[in-house]
Amino acid sequence: MPTAEPLLAVRGLIKRFGGLVATDGIDLDVAEGETLAVIGPNGAGKTTLIGQLSGDLPPDAGSIRFAGVDVTALPAPARSQRGLARSFQITSIFREFTALDNVALAVQAHAGHSFRFWTPAFTERALREPARATLERVGLGARADVVAGTLAHGEQRQLEIAMALATRPRLLLLDEPVAGMGADESQRMVRLLRELRGRHTIVLVEHDMDVVWALADRIAVMVYGRVIACGTPEAIRANAEVRRAYLGEEVPA
Amino acid sequence: MRSRARVLTLLAGLLALGLVPLVAALTQQPFYLDLFRRIMIFAIAAVSLDLILGFGGMVSFGHAAYLGIGAYAVAIPAFYGIHSGLVQWPLAMVLSGLAALAIGAVSLRTSGVSFIMITLAFAQMLYYLGISINAWGADDGMRLARRSQFGGVLDLTNGYVFYYVVFGLLLTLLWLGNRLVHARFGVVIRAARSNEPRMRAIGFSTFRYKLAAFGIAGAIGGLAGALLTNQTEYLTPSYMHWTRSGEIMVMVILGGIGTLYGPVLGAVAFLLLEDVLSAWTVHWQVVLGPLLVLVVLYARRGLWGLLPEARRADG
Ligand SMILES: Nc1ncnc2c1ncn2[C@@H]1O[C@H](COP(=O)(O)OP(=O)(O)OP(=O)(O)O)[C@@H](O)[C@H]1O
Ligand SMILES: [Mg+2]
Repeated sequence: MPTAEPLLAVRGLIKRFGGLVATDGIDLDVAEGETLAVIGPNGAGKTTLIGQLSGDLPPDAGSIRFAGVDVTALPAPARSQRGLARSFQITSIFREFTALDNVALAVQAHAGHSFRFWTPAFTERALREPARATLERVGLGARADVVAGTLAHGEQRQLEIAMALATRPRLLLLDEPVAGMGADESQRMVRLLRELRGRHTIVLVEHDMDVVWALADRIAVMVYGRVIACGTPEAIRANAEVRRAYLGEEVPA
Repeated sequence: MRSRARVLTLLAGLLALGLVPLVAALTQQPFYLDLFRRIMIFAIAAVSLDLILGFGGMVSFGHAAYLGIGAYAVAIPAFYGIHSGLVQWPLAMVLSGLAALAIGAVSLRTSGVSFIMITLAFAQMLYYLGISINAWGADDGMRLARRSQFGGVLDLTNGYVFYYVVFGLLLTLLWLGNRLVHARFGVVIRAARSNEPRMRAIGFSTFRYKLAAFGIAGAIGGLAGALLTNQTEYLTPSYMHWTRSGEIMVMVILGGIGTLYGPVLGAVAFLLLEDVLSAWTVHWQVVLGPLLVLVVLYARRGLWGLLPEARRADG
């Protein structure tokens, strides 16, 4: 595997919903270790892009290479096994299970097959201990035994991240992890993301520009299914088209 | 961890089931032996259905198919003079398990209402197959010449022996089921019901696990069918009729969907109710209907769910 190859290489990714082209020929590279923020107005196609990267949505055209392998045809579980992990914009957890169970499941998915019918999974130390450590890492250690559906919104968002981390991913796809959070919660989340940054390769979809400026190594701007600009934060700040299409209406930079 | 009330109910219930033959003998009412053996056979079927329906979230409306296959797997060999239970019962489980795998492989590619309809359609197909094969009794069915034989060891013609065989199988099923739902496999099945996209996103290929659960449930349903023909000493394709699938499903819902012991309670409640009410009126289901509605409205986890819950719901 040539070291120069980016960890993720997306070429010509097209996804249509009926007449609507949700992603319209997206090209994108993500280098190992960097944090790429994807920004854009509502309906720009950010979540659709993440869905195609994670394998939840089959693209209509284009290709996705991950770690030197073409994964375009692989379903989501197989991509997870190769080191792609995602969080969902709309919280997606196992609501009836405890926080610890949620994370232990993510560990279990990557600890051999689950055709095991005898030993209670929720007492398997090989699953529980990494799960607990991951919960600690995202700041949910004290909430391990709380039923996930009863956690506060912000805590559920942290749990999403914990589940993604517990799969020991090479690439984290985070879809608006800070959205809908109160000030305190969002501060805690940003602190967590800052900690993950650099240690993991991250594609971060985010609306809050303060968060983006704080975390992104590079920024891709999506509008109507296309990436209209991609570059360093400085370059994006200076880009006239971006200011007109997006930033102008959100933040006076 | 289960609450005290549940543990006590469970132990008391199992003890009561174990003592039925004694009561039947003392009161000289062999009828009870028959009734409760039948109840336990349906309890086995209901527990197996709940494994996929309650724990796995797969609303299979064709569980009677496996009951039927199990029944045929006893009656057909018997018809040709093979009476050994060591042949018939494993055959019942293997054939119904394989049928479940085949049916599951097709129907698990769908979900929601289509899943319900496809499983129903498969079961009805087998039902019509059953009523069309004249050699094996067609829609009249056929008498089972002898109950399954186990050398000289177990004599099922003795109602008491047969009772404790069924009782033992039910206990074994509950014990193994309890291991299964808490083991990795069971956790995967339950989590897939809770949130399938999430399961896939964290790396589980859920299909293979759901299919395996389907096969296991089918095999156990087949065992229940094998027991049922022995119970009635008769084979009829009506074991596979969709109304039978419905009844088993009602037992699960009544007793407590997604619980291991609830379906046993459901089978007891349903068949006792049938027994008592049908003595009054042939339209006993007129009473059952509203009762079921009440259960669904007020007891989400059925009768079992009415018992106080432990802190952690997993039982
Ligand atoms: N499953 C679907 N079926 C039909 N249309 C869809 C589907 N998913 C998304 N769309 C449409 O595709 C477009 C892109 O949606 P997407 O969710 O990717 O946008 P987004 O950039 O994530 O928006 P937001 O910032 O609101 O999350 C929208 O117009 C949306 O309505
Ligand atoms: Mg989105």
